Amino acid sequence: MVKPPDFIAAMTGSLDEQAARHMVTRTPQTEALGFQFVSISEARGAIRVPWRADLVGDPETGVIASGVVTTLLDHVCGLSIRAANAVPQGTLDLRIDYMRPARPQADLVADGHCYKLTRTIAFVRALAHDGDPDDPVATAQAAFALIGGGA
Amino acid sequence: MSVETTPAERLAAFLARTPYIAFLGMRAELAGDEMTAILPFSPHLIGNTLLPALHGGVLGAFMEMTALAQLAVITGGPRPAKTIDVTIDYLRPGRAMDTYARAEIKKAGRRISSVHVEAWQEARAKPVAAIRGHFQMPTAG
Repeated sequence: MVKPPDFIAAMTGSLDEQAARHMVTRTPQTEALGFQFVSISEARGAIRVPWRADLVGDPETGVIASGVVTTLLDHVCGLSIRAANAVPQGTLDLRIDYMRPARPQADLVADGHCYKLTRTIAFVRALAHDGDPDDPVATAQAAFALIGGGA
Repeated sequence: MSVETTPAERLAAFLARTPYIAFLGMRAELAGDEMTAILPFSPHLIGNTLLPALHGGVLGAFMEMTALAQLAVITGGPRPAKTIDVTIDYLRPGRAMDTYARAEIKKAGRRISSVHVEAWQEARAKPVAAIRGHFQMPTAG
């Protein structure tokens, strides 16, 4: 498989906006889901997934499948860890609470915050919303193992 | 609520009605009342091209869909259950190969059910990931 230098930079280098954009939009799964880069700031990141008919969970409601929300939240957690200048090796655990269904045909935005780094572990919170971050569709709490932490 | 359908029909109906299941490429087989879900490898499921590894979100979503499919097998109605919460444990990297999952309904409630799912690749005794989840059961009628 091709390993382009910009992918390696996105995964391990210091995270500028171009590398962050690459991390969000250029992995096969996030490309297939149509993820869009929104923003990064200190230990925070945001990603949007536009509504699409083939991502729906229940055709009677037209709401994006909860499985898409899972991948969105997992990815925004990884992005916020990179925005905290750490390199995630992989997710240890991810707990997701689904607060309410998203609105039919609504895009979703996820915000992640890496609020604590240890030598080996990153602790992250994230939420997904369909317009108002104060009325989230889902919230997440995750722990990630870090590369270079001796884990 | 119609209860005239067989478990196999209910499973097939659940798989066919969910667009996101087609996006994943997920299938499921029923042997008696025991269901095995299958996620055939496909390049679009990759989350890390360096390893390469399946996206962690894909594994979580696959196990959640496995839980919903297992609940569809035991309920008669046309509406699927809804996910309340899931806790995903990642145990080993999900490699670029087929993945399997089985769900165990720990409690089938009238309103809320509790389901555990394990996913594996080369050996069932070495799961790659597991979830525990609560699901809101579809209302009758």
